[in-house]
Amino acid sequence: MPADTLIDIDRVSFGYDTSRLILDGVSLRFARGKVTSILGGSGCGKTTLLRLIGGIHGATRGRVVFDGEAVDARNRRQLQGLRRRVGMLFQFGALFTDLSVFDNVAFPLREHTDLAEPLVRDIVLMKLQAVGLRGAAGLRIGEVSGGMARRVALARAIALDPELIMYDEPFAGLDLISMGVASNLIRKLNDTTGATSLVVSHDVPECMAISDHVVLMTAPGGRIVAQGTPAELMASTDPEVRQFVRGEPDGPVRFHYPAPPLAQDLGLPERC
Amino acid sequence: MGRRGIETLVGGFVLLGIVGLAFLSLQAANLTTYFGQGDTYVLQARFDNIGGLKTRAPVRSAGVNVGRVTSITLDPATFEGVVTLTVDARVRFPRDSIAKILTAGLLGDQYIGIDPGADEAVLQPGDRVAQTQGAVVLEDLIGRFLFDRAADGSTPAAPGGQP
Amino acid sequence: MPLAELVRQVGARTLGVLQSFGRAALFFVDLLRALPAALRRFGLVVHQVHAIGNRSLLIILASGLAVGFVLALQMYYALARFGATESLGLIVNLALVRELGPVLTALLFAGRAGTSLTAEIGLMKAGEQLAAMEMMAVDPRERVLAPRLLAGIIAMPILATLFSAIGILGAWVVAVGLIGLDGGNFWTTMQVGVDVWDDVGNGLIKAFVFGILCTAVALYQGYQTDPTPEGVAHATTRTVVISSLAVLGMDFILTALMFSTS
Repeated sequence: MPADTLIDIDRVSFGYDTSRLILDGVSLRFARGKVTSILGGSGCGKTTLLRLIGGIHGATRGRVVFDGEAVDARNRRQLQGLRRRVGMLFQFGALFTDLSVFDNVAFPLREHTDLAEPLVRDIVLMKLQAVGLRGAAGLRIGEVSGGMARRVALARAIALDPELIMYDEPFAGLDLISMGVASNLIRKLNDTTGATSLVVSHDVPECMAISDHVVLMTAPGGRIVAQGTPAELMASTDPEVRQFVRGEPDGPVRFHYPAPPLAQDLGLPERC
Repeated sequence: MGRRGIETLVGGFVLLGIVGLAFLSLQAANLTTYFGQGDTYVLQARFDNIGGLKTRAPVRSAGVNVGRVTSITLDPATFEGVVTLTVDARVRFPRDSIAKILTAGLLGDQYIGIDPGADEAVLQPGDRVAQTQGAVVLEDLIGRFLFDRAADGSTPAAPGGQP
Repeated sequence: MPLAELVRQVGARTLGVLQSFGRAALFFVDLLRALPAALRRFGLVVHQVHAIGNRSLLIILASGLAVGFVLALQMYYALARFGATESLGLIVNLALVRELGPVLTALLFAGRAGTSLTAEIGLMKAGEQLAAMEMMAVDPRERVLAPRLLAGIIAMPILATLFSAIGILGAWVVAVGLIGLDGGNFWTTMQVGVDVWDDVGNGLIKAFVFGILCTAVALYQGYQTDPTPEGVAHATTRTVVISSLAVLGMDFILTALMFSTS
């Protein structure tokens, strides 16, 4: 595996139940220090991929290799070590609702380090400063808006300065300003800390703006339709790629859910 | 509310529980009878029938609690009930005292009552109370009553021909 | 329905029930394994005892008092017919300490604290808080679930004791205050007839067992709920139903074990 690859997805197959495989023999490489976006429609397996990298589930076939080590979902000790190097931003923040903003960001620090409280306080305030929410440190989770919650979750995800930051739909449900703030943060964090960022999204414009590398997946089986730089994908002539990046309602991904002919459903005689 | 406040409330809660338990044990149960015994000694008594006597039943003399039943077993050789008593060391019974199995009230639990005798020598630790009276068994009582009635009815030649 | 189909369905159902039992049992074992870690983070346990125990205090005390009142009245009417009213204190005490205290407290606990636990855990799961914790290399069973189990185990016996105690006091108010029975007699019959180890002690053991049962059921239902509003609602209902049935069933077994061999 080349030295600049942080994560190697090697012919991975996985399904939540045995009847349906979400990912079928998928192979991918994620470069170190780069922002890689994983695009695709709902159900194409992009969030599942993040969970496999984080060891929440174990692949039924193939391996997930993180920094040279195969991820074994059953090895708790290995997972502990792995997860301290990874920060994950969940779709709606997944903040702990019984703690304040400050305590949420302080959580990883208090759980995994022996730092004294004054030092923890300084680090938390600096992380909140990085996401622009230092003034909100005292608020309760119920008092912050959706966009702010996402940013608090980001501050929490980077509290331990992880090598890999994974973003699960960071732009979903945000207004334009918040989206701009979020994409700005993702890019800046990646560049200033030298971390690797994985962004799972279906928001094409934002992702294209901040990514070094883009992967387009589709259901079923998480098949990789195309990957490359944003410019390459925007210029692609492949109809599947064009439909997705331009947001066309009908194309290789059909508009109509499979159904018998309309006339048959309405009980009318079929016309030749 | 701050951590101090919560810890105080929880401490109060646990304390309340302990107070409740103390109340239940002391005021509403017989914990006090387990204490104040200080030194005790062991006596043995054998009965034909122990009736409904249970371990931990009280031992009383003149109605006053002086000890407890600690074990009840059956002697496989003589088929007597062997009852072991633990008695307060301050009370020494004469050698000819009688141990009876009595009932508290009409339908209450059974206990051991000791009637003191007149002997000057007292029972030593480990001694056996020689004289005992077993529990009153209702069936035996009824049987005896019917038998007595039958005996009364048959000896004088009753003209009415009583059964 | 053809016989083969019926058999298949019954078989599938039975297997499903066995699987649920198995899952629940494994979950419980995991919880037990996480208990030592919870003991080390005792601050979390204290916090939970407050949420589960202190907050249930009002309903337990109010119910205990009411039950004490009613018990005294009902027993008085029954005993008066036999002229045995001096045993009122004894009977009320035994009924409370042996049975009503542990069982009623457990049922109330399942309704108040159990449902709140289930809803809390269910919502945490729905909001991905538990997954987030896992991703931060913190075991949610150690940090979230085990402290709550420990708190339930600590709180239930305390609540049951308080229920019985205040019930007896309530009975005293009715028997001596209202009806006019002899106060000294009321307490003496208890002190003679109620054994600390056999009665109070066994009642405490029952409360301890019920505490484990109710809390574990509540936590499990919350943990495996569907992350939707309907899912959480169903889970809270199941908590109450399963806890109640389990408590009553366990009570029968424990009573048979404890009080038949006197």
